[in-house]
Amino acid sequence: MISSDPKKVTRICFDNIEVENMHKLEVAKKHGAYAFLPTVLKEFDTDKIIDEVKTSGLRGRGGAGFPTGLKWSFVPRNTGKPTYLLCNADEGEPGTFKDRDIMRFDPHLLIEGMIMAGFALGVKDAYIYVRGEFLHEYNVMCAAIDEAYAANLLGENILGTDFSMNLLMHRGAGAYVCGEETALIESLEGKSGRPRFKPPFPAVEGFYACPTVVNNVETIATIPAILEHGGAWHAAIGKPNNTGCKIFSVSGHVNKPGNYEVPMGTTLKDLVENYCGGLQHGDVPKVIIPGGSSTPWILGEHYDVPLTYDDIMKAGSFLGSGAIIILDETADLIAVTRRLAHFYAHESCGQCTPCREGTGWVERILNRLDAGKATEDDVKVLFDASTHMAGRTICALADGASAPTLSLLKFFPEDVQAKLVEKSS
Amino acid sequence: MSTSNQPRFSEERLAEIDALVKRYPSAKSALMPVLYMAQQDFGYLSMETQEMVGEVLGLRIMEVREVVTFYTMFKEQPHGKYLLEVCTNASCMLNGADELYAHMKETLGIGPGEITEDGLFSIAEVECAGACAGAPVVQVNNMYYEKATASSMDELITKVRAGEAI
Ligand SMILES: Cc1cc2nc3c(=O)[nH]c(=O)nc-3n(C[C@H](O)[C@H](O)[C@H](O)COP(=O)(O)O)c2cc1C
Ligand code: SF4
Ligand code: FES
Repeated sequence: MISSDPKKVTRICFDNIEVENMHKLEVAKKHGAYAFLPTVLKEFDTDKIIDEVKTSGLRGRGGAGFPTGLKWSFVPRNTGKPTYLLCNADEGEPGTFKDRDIMRFDPHLLIEGMIMAGFALGVKDAYIYVRGEFLHEYNVMCAAIDEAYAANLLGENILGTDFSMNLLMHRGAGAYVCGEETALIESLEGKSGRPRFKPPFPAVEGFYACPTVVNNVETIATIPAILEHGGAWHAAIGKPNNTGCKIFSVSGHVNKPGNYEVPMGTTLKDLVENYCGGLQHGDVPKVIIPGGSSTPWILGEHYDVPLTYDDIMKAGSFLGSGAIIILDETADLIAVTRRLAHFYAHESCGQCTPCREGTGWVERILNRLDAGKATEDDVKVLFDASTHMAGRTICALADGASAPTLSLLKFFPEDVQAKLVEKSS
Repeated sequence: MSTSNQPRFSEERLAEIDALVKRYPSAKSALMPVLYMAQQDFGYLSMETQEMVGEVLGLRIMEVREVVTFYTMFKEQPHGKYLLEVCTNASCMLNGADELYAHMKETLGIGPGEITEDGLFSIAEVECAGACAGAPVVQVNNMYYEKATASSMDELITKVRAGEAI
């Protein structure tokens, strides 16, 4: 059970992650699942829930860190149209693998969060969009949803109240861009996943042009604890403006890669040394990619950075999805950058010229550079193409695509120089 | 699995699709799940299968084509009974994925887009599988093999060839 004393809280979403058979309703209930749901359905209303979530300070865990309560408050009421709740379980950002563990080990936590969020927003139909590769997680979620329906936790008149809500799992099919919320909506409408221009924002015009909220799995899975213990309780965990706990997916050159949930403000060094078994080589990372492959690199001098949105921003990057990739002194940075460039070129949906053309150029030049065949002029084009992609496109994929290359050029110009040839052959 | 030129969903499938369509505001939303069903039933999405899916959902063939061609998990070509997908993105690369992928291609004697002569295997390089703690990660028909090594993959290939369950 999570402590009602915020000072004692070390984990929220992962509180029961090690419980055996937690994916079964019976076991989940023994560990408190759905215990507070009747109170929410009977005694809370939209305003109270949104107030609690606002007070909690919860910021979206999908990458952008947008305050969840505020997002919910943008949903217009009484439009005569249905409001949809979509859970983003696309988890495609390289380095990110946290939502998978919530779904496969504690699916009822996510379902309970969906019911509470759906109730707050007056939702009748909710969907969880899960990346296609997560077939096992999809199956676990489907089985848990079936159990929830059988127990009247979903469907008509949930637990004897006036509230009815359906929940359906929907599989993506291998397109990273579908994690972007408007691409996800397009995809769920049975189309290719091409992001939409904003505005209109999904809150006003989303799924089939109806008001729509898109939230990440971890965000939704935090809701039950916030409603049970109160927004103020959550706000007292972590740091001001960076409240609560956060799951960090740590991978790369650490001895024990994995998901670790810790209070916000824990330092990166503490996380790596006391949870991840330390670095594979050396005492300090060479490069830290702090929030998934789309976030700018920071260097070993920031090893002590407290893991909060604000501190990582001060260090020059973003907390993003909390996917930390650690590169130690053995890493070949040009090869890593080349590989990430391939990823973005492959995943660009192609509708904006700077992104479609830019990611292609960047990949080709980095391939040449890695093969020792690039010239000084190539590096100029590399810099220009990366710079011109960022901030000029429909979605943020292009910004992410430019991050690794611009980081390489900024921090390791001598590595790049050492690989150049005088004239291209 | 059938490879007939005139693919048809079974009655049970059609009933399942009818029920699924009702779960969405519009039948079009059911396109991706129905394509998955078709892929499962017919092995891959031939043009005939795509046309049939369009008919079942009342969609134009271009609407179906747009989706099939956009998403990498929809396959327009047949592949081996076991599709080995090696993640070579950053975290897997830092833990030896390139060497593993090269080793597996050599063991099987095929490259991406090919099928081994016994029809058992195809291989592909894929993007981050969302399981980077288990780097390097290999998916075998959507089952995850984490911390894969040359020897664990050799063993898997040998087992499949010997007709053993994996
Ligand atoms: C290219 C791209 C990919 C994204 N992928 C994901 C993803 O896999 N999962 C996710 O939750 N958010 C992803 N996002 C962020 C979503 O657009 C959106 O901000 C998020 O789902 C909102 O949920 P939250 O407020 O709970 O964080 C992505 C954004 C971009 C630009
Ligand atoms: S930035 Fe790239 S991925 Fe995003 S909409 Fe434009 S072309 Fe598509
Ligand atoms: S990089 Fe291979 S699973 Fe994420």
